[in-house]
Amino acid sequence: MKLNKTIIALAISALVLSACSDTDEKDTSLLDGNLNANSGINDASTSGLNKGYGMNGSAMSGNGDYASTLGPEFNDPNNPLSKRTIYFMLDSSEVMPDFINVISAHSQYLIANPAQHITLEGNGDERGSREYNIALGEQRAKSVASLMKARGVSESQLNIVSYGEEKPAVLGNNEAAWEKNRRVEVAYQPR
Amino acid sequence: MSFFNKVLFLIAFSLFVQNSHAALTIEISEGVSSALPVAIVPFSSTGAPVNISAVVNADLERSGYFKMMAEQAMPSKPNAASAVNFNEWQAASQNYLVIGQLADAGGGQYNIQFQLFDVYKSGQLLGYRMTSTAADLRKTAHHISDLIFEKLTGKKGVFSGRIAYITTTNPASKQQSHQLQVADADGFNPQTIATSVEPLMSPSWSPDGKKIAYVSFERKTAAIYVQTLASGERARVAEFPGINGAPAWSPDGTRLALTLSKDGSPDIFILNLSTHALTKLTRSFSIDTEPSWSPDGNSIVFTSDRGGKPQIYIVSSQGGEEKRLTFSGSYNARASFSPDGRNLVMVHGNGNDYRIAVMDMSNKSINVLTSGRSDESPSFAPNGSMILYASKKGGTAFLSAVSIDGKIQQRLLFNSGEVREPSWGP
Repeated sequence: MKLNKTIIALAISALVLSACSDTDEKDTSLLDGNLNANSGINDASTSGLNKGYGMNGSAMSGNGDYASTLGPEFNDPNNPLSKRTIYFMLDSSEVMPDFINVISAHSQYLIANPAQHITLEGNGDERGSREYNIALGEQRAKSVASLMKARGVSESQLNIVSYGEEKPAVLGNNEAAWEKNRRVEVAYQPR
Repeated sequence: MSFFNKVLFLIAFSLFVQNSHAALTIEISEGVSSALPVAIVPFSSTGAPVNISAVVNADLERSGYFKMMAEQAMPSKPNAASAVNFNEWQAASQNYLVIGQLADAGGGQYNIQFQLFDVYKSGQLLGYRMTSTAADLRKTAHHISDLIFEKLTGKKGVFSGRIAYITTTNPASKQQSHQLQVADADGFNPQTIATSVEPLMSPSWSPDGKKIAYVSFERKTAAIYVQTLASGERARVAEFPGINGAPAWSPDGTRLALTLSKDGSPDIFILNLSTHALTKLTRSFSIDTEPSWSPDGNSIVFTSDRGGKPQIYIVSSQGGEEKRLTFSGSYNARASFSPDGRNLVMVHGNGNDYRIAVMDMSNKSINVLTSGRSDESPSFAPNGSMILYASKKGGTAFLSAVSIDGKIQQRLLFNSGEVREPSWGP
């Protein structure tokens, strides 16, 4: 029996962000008489901050690499099921021919195991704007999904999420890092 | 075979104690050559917890508009107007002089007064007296900076404002954590308003500065939240299948423009925050994202790759014809209007480098302001004079600010981890 644990922690902390009453006062007596006044005393106000309570939530979760527990074929480097990352060219969501056999292998497994669900996680490199990269990451995941569906995988087995450039596989500001981050990860979900 | 999926919920309560350390160190890398010489004499003070005149001095210096006189060079250190000898300040080539006093009024209150003088006219330009709690002394100092700045430049100061940004601690590890933080415009008083091990993105201030909308992946899927800063209360306002991204507040604060891909390709929608009515604004089969409102609320600019590459388009917020705005550069994205509506700031790419550029809406000319390789997320200051953005160099992520003419540049160094997606609050 397999046990998959997901821990979700919610931290609620109080914090302080609000306005307090203004405490300024008008004063008309500040000016010394021996100076030439262009303008007199003005009214001023300082708005307060940081008084009050709040909360923040945080969630933690993780299911590790579940696929590696499914069977030896997922860990055999000679089996395309061991490859669960599909890489892309710059600004492109077109699947390169090198990865067709990987997609076909996962498709066959999913067809043979209709209770198995996967999440296709789209990602991009750090260049360009972040929300556009979210859109690009989703296009990449959808490209993989449509190839899987064309091979007979049921749409209900496929889930898509795009993390854009928010979850780089490799940190770095060069092409070597970027090409590893333009990717779709095939994440097997616990049954 | 059956599998168990165990979910544990841990609820932890902790009190966030406000502290006054800076999350960001701001250094000015370039200022205007015509910077005005100003002397701020250290205010007389009775053991106050904040050195007000030093905060004002740092604010004005950071703005790039002023050349601040070093304390050691001052001919005298008057704290009262009667003790000011304008001749000696003229001899020291100072255009303006600020003096002040800070006194403990008891009960945790402080009385502050200051005066700004035109040295050559031998006259007062400003004089204020104010009261502040010990906790609000920094705020009061920024307020004084705003008053002086506006008097001397004619532009509203932005020293009292706040900025929001996203940070990541342990970015290289599996234990990484993302925070949405709010800090004073000088980087002090950083407060974490949301934390998640999954990414947080795209903070957007409500026009009244009381709320922030943002994207969180904390439920392993994208969702848009609106959080009230004072109470910490938050509402999940969008969690449709696919992308829920790029929230942007309408200028009247009643609606959010956002990106949803629930119908297929990412499109721009408008969500009414009180009725929850959702209106679809764009319907292309391409990527449409990163909406931003014009200051009058009548138009929305957005990024679309319908022409093959990402470019900026504009559409009425009521819907209708979508017009392309940018034709120069192979990559233009994440545009937003200046507060006066005359300019558009955007990420401008030429294939290798991504830089911050401003487009003049009247003649559509583009002026590239920065020189980084990977500059992104530009955000106008409320007075329209500076643009805050995120940059990377040598593996370090930091925030920068640049004036709209490119002449003043500041670097804001985050003290730990990674910092990105700055948003200048109202």
